[in-house]
Amino acid sequence: MKERIDEIVEVCLLAGKLMLESGGETYRVEDTMMRIAASFGMPRSHSYVTPTAIIFSIEGTDSTRLLRISDRSTDLAKVAAVNDISRRISRGELTLEEARKELRQVGRAQPGYPLWQQTAAAAAASACFASLIGGMSHFFPSLLSGGMAFWCFEMVHRFVKIRFFAEFFAAFVAGGLVLLMERAGFGGDVGNMMIGSVMPLVPGLAITNAVRDLMAGHLIAGLSRGAEAFLTAFAIGAGMALSLAIR
Amino acid sequence: MIVGQLLLCFVASALFGVIFNIPRRLLPHSGFVGMSGWAVYTLASRSGADGVAATFLAAFFVAFLSNVFARRYRTPATIFTVSGIIPLVPGGTAFEAMRHVVMNDYNAAISLAAKAFMISGAIAMGLIFSEVVNQLVKRRP
Repeated sequence: MKERIDEIVEVCLLAGKLMLESGGETYRVEDTMMRIAASFGMPRSHSYVTPTAIIFSIEGTDSTRLLRISDRSTDLAKVAAVNDISRRISRGELTLEEARKELRQVGRAQPGYPLWQQTAAAAAASACFASLIGGMSHFFPSLLSGGMAFWCFEMVHRFVKIRFFAEFFAAFVAGGLVLLMERAGFGGDVGNMMIGSVMPLVPGLAITNAVRDLMAGHLIAGLSRGAEAFLTAFAIGAGMALSLAIR
Repeated sequence: MIVGQLLLCFVASALFGVIFNIPRRLLPHSGFVGMSGWAVYTLASRSGADGVAATFLAAFFVAFLSNVFARRYRTPATIFTVSGIIPLVPGGTAFEAMRHVVMNDYNAAISLAAKAFMISGAIAMGLIFSEVVNQLVKRRP
């Protein structure tokens, strides 16, 4: 019995860890873990999730497990995959062993889009936004500066683990490139091009998750995600401001 | 002109789905959500609504559509919401605020920053109200 409970806890924690690391909302993580535990015959479980840690315990047993989450990225396909597995567990379609195997598979999976595809998407999205607000003459300059900004963000983030610095630097690169292009007489309005180029850095997921967590009553998680969104916006603004200031 | 703008918005929102790593088969849907949000925003602001009110309406609609898609495809609503709200983000106002800070014109900067803050708040309120409606509908037998 003790081994089985340990295994259930392990599967719950694996599901929670995958979701939280991939950018799932904290209330969804708690809900998923408790549903999985209930489907395996443990209806009374407690979970406490913050963006950086998971605490999980099943009532009536002695062990409470704590899992530290240090690395977070954005991979919503993984959140959807874990969500799907949890639904199938609730319907009784998966045994404990199968669930663990499928979750491990999700954990090992590579991101759905390689870096070059994401960079290309960021470049094209920047170009589309700049054209949307400023007109089609902004398309190609923003394609260049938006793509470079996103690529710089990913590269700097790989070496310097401080996310806000990477965002700051990327915004600075975008601003610098736009100003250089303006000096070379290439492109249109500086403001429109800069806004377009930093769009891929905007903390859309942090804003959404902050609101959804606050609504679900997770005040700590919601406030910390809100702080994340605010700091990101501030880093982007500061990066652009620096490039404008040294012009 | 309007068709071109909507098309740009569709493409941009779908591409944002790539940045957020959403499943490939749902990319067109996230593009559609972003496009509809922008369409509501444009319609509202052309018919004389304030920027904050227009953003609120658009965010409400984005979240509403996301919940519809989420139920239909049995997947978290976040997948559609994240790229849907991106076109509504007050990038222009925030940029102007920051430019005035650089120029040491703090009065203009603060009023612009307050406006950007209000618009961000409108996005959040739109999402919240839509979620409330969603829960009321779900609870109805």
